[in-house]
Amino acid sequence: MSHLSSNDSSLDNLFRRDPRAEWIARNRLHPLHGEMMQAGSAEVRGPSGLLRKNPHVIGFIGPNGIKRIDRANISSAAIGGKKRSNEAKEVLLPLHIVENPDFYIMVVADMVGGRLTGHDKDILGLAHKLVAKQNGAVTLVCFGENKETQCDLAGVDRLIHLEGDEYDGFAPEARLTALQEIEAQYKPVHWLFPDSVHGGTDLACRLSARLGERLAAQAWQVNAEQTVCRGASASHDILRDTPRILTLLEECGDAIDETRHQVLPISVDSIKQVSPNVIDKGLIAVDSNAVPLAEAEFILSAGNGIHNWDQFHSTAAALGATEGASRVAVDDGFMPRERQVGASGTWVTARVYLAVGISGAIQHMQGIGQCDKVIAINTDAGCDMVKRADLAVIADSEEILAELTRLAQEHSLSKNQEEKSDAA
Amino acid sequence: MLPNVKVVSLVSVGRHPQSGRARRAEQDGRAVELGLKLASNELKVVHAGNAQEPVLRQYAGMGLSSLTVLEQESNCDALSVLTTFLHENKFDVVLTGVRAEGGESSGMLPYLLAEQLGWPLVPRVADIISIQGGEAEVLLALPRGQRRAVKVKLPFIASVDNAAQEARQSAFGPGLRAQLKVLDVASVVDEAASHWQISAAKPRPKRIKVVKAKTAADRMKAATAKPVGGGGKVMKDETAAEKAQAIFDLLLEEKVVR
Repeated sequence: MSHLSSNDSSLDNLFRRDPRAEWIARNRLHPLHGEMMQAGSAEVRGPSGLLRKNPHVIGFIGPNGIKRIDRANISSAAIGGKKRSNEAKEVLLPLHIVENPDFYIMVVADMVGGRLTGHDKDILGLAHKLVAKQNGAVTLVCFGENKETQCDLAGVDRLIHLEGDEYDGFAPEARLTALQEIEAQYKPVHWLFPDSVHGGTDLACRLSARLGERLAAQAWQVNAEQTVCRGASASHDILRDTPRILTLLEECGDAIDETRHQVLPISVDSIKQVSPNVIDKGLIAVDSNAVPLAEAEFILSAGNGIHNWDQFHSTAAALGATEGASRVAVDDGFMPRERQVGASGTWVTARVYLAVGISGAIQHMQGIGQCDKVIAINTDAGCDMVKRADLAVIADSEEILAELTRLAQEHSLSKNQEEKSDAA
Repeated sequence: MLPNVKVVSLVSVGRHPQSGRARRAEQDGRAVELGLKLASNELKVVHAGNAQEPVLRQYAGMGLSSLTVLEQESNCDALSVLTTFLHENKFDVVLTGVRAEGGESSGMLPYLLAEQLGWPLVPRVADIISIQGGEAEVLLALPRGQRRAVKVKLPFIASVDNAAQEARQSAFGPGLRAQLKVLDVASVVDEAASHWQISAAKPRPKRIKVVKAKTAADRMKAATAKPVGGGGKVMKDETAAEKAQAIFDLLLEEKVVR
């Protein structure tokens, strides 16, 4: 049996009895009995070398309060086998090390909300396929804030993180200048961009036009020699040689899941920025309820726990959130049918989902499966929504919503004052 | 309408997503609509390609008196003829779609034109609000229905997003009566594209959820385990103000409250 108790972590959790060891422990006449018993308890020797026995640790208190001495040693931990441990063990994946890389593959990620999207991770996986066991480094280029903590698990060998006011907001020209500098310094073998509306396509086209290299757009099957990309509004497949610059569709590759990577930051020489031609004037406030529920970024959703509906609507307006509802709230007539979130309503993709008074039926949880951050406000601490939530607040919805409205109003007031003082 | 601004919309032949028939391209139609809003009758509409194409009459039926065609074969590159055309005629605003519905549909044309002319490019425009004093205020369409205002000096190139005003109904009779000005231009064959193998699009395989487990016990666990979020923070005993503050801080950190 010994060969089974190897280092495999999955077997550690299994409760295994050793009947032979138990039998030897019961049988005090067995020739191996002494050894078996000694193995369990390490002997303690005093300063003079005398064997010491602690009389207090012998035995245990039985259920009726009487001290028991277990002479057969049946309950001994050493013989009873390993105890089942409930805590899941952290598996440390093998580290993929790239030293003095021969070439670089640059992946310019969208980093929506400062984190790698699933699309970005697929592209990092594809980049490792393109490296193909050679000594190349997959480099992540990201602009602005970086909140991602799992770059190592996503397959980032090197990281170029460019931060600064000039890259914030709408700044494709500043970003293009930075990419040109990277191009001059590292001469990457490939530039990979997500083919997305979050700015990946725009940046790829700008770089391609500036470098005078034809890109392959909407690529979905890529290897070192050939690329298949969609054309003619996704009705044709174009098979062509793999160019240096590619914009890739979603699910173009498999994300890295079996290795860790170094995430060594590498530097770019000073980037000379010129004043941009297109000047960002900031985001425009849009009517959040006019945004389709399926693509809303921030949803405030109401369920059976809401009693004051006027307050709910005013909170949504103050926070600038799109309104959603559970099936119960819709069936009771408090919200229109097109606001329903869940299996029979809309499957939402919000980055932040704030569920007020929703306990989380499975149909509802399916509908919010793609949401990044879920916040729950509920009176029941044991409900499914609280288990799913990243932040759960156990309280009555009414007072929390009142506080939230107040905070939102204070926030917008202070922001207005700041703008006024800036202008003055 | 802004009288002193010269606007040109570049149009292409679209493709109906279900039937595959030629049609007025969705985004190009919107580019013409936006051009009509800015320049009304002064709008120029330019197509590089076959002058016999009946779809051009659909664009003309939007109220255009004439339409300019730079005649060239279908395997030619539109970039060079359009660059020459824009060099010879002075324009302030060039409107295109984001992506063509035929050909490579890489969406590179506005970028290459901007690079060759040295003009700024404004991608994915939802609306052009005003043009004053040689500066335009433009509304960009962002994902999730958001909008961003930018300012840009004339002349510039803008690609028009699907969020822009929908193209108006095309009138058949006026479309037929509109004048087509066909210009002879020196076109360049797209050499690189002739080496490509083009086939009908294969449906992409759906990604299957594969459980990479080494033992049967692991597979059993993966199949039976309830999906649980990483175990978030639960606030129970704090005051209402503290709880609300925690929620609001998270909203600020995620930048959904601005």
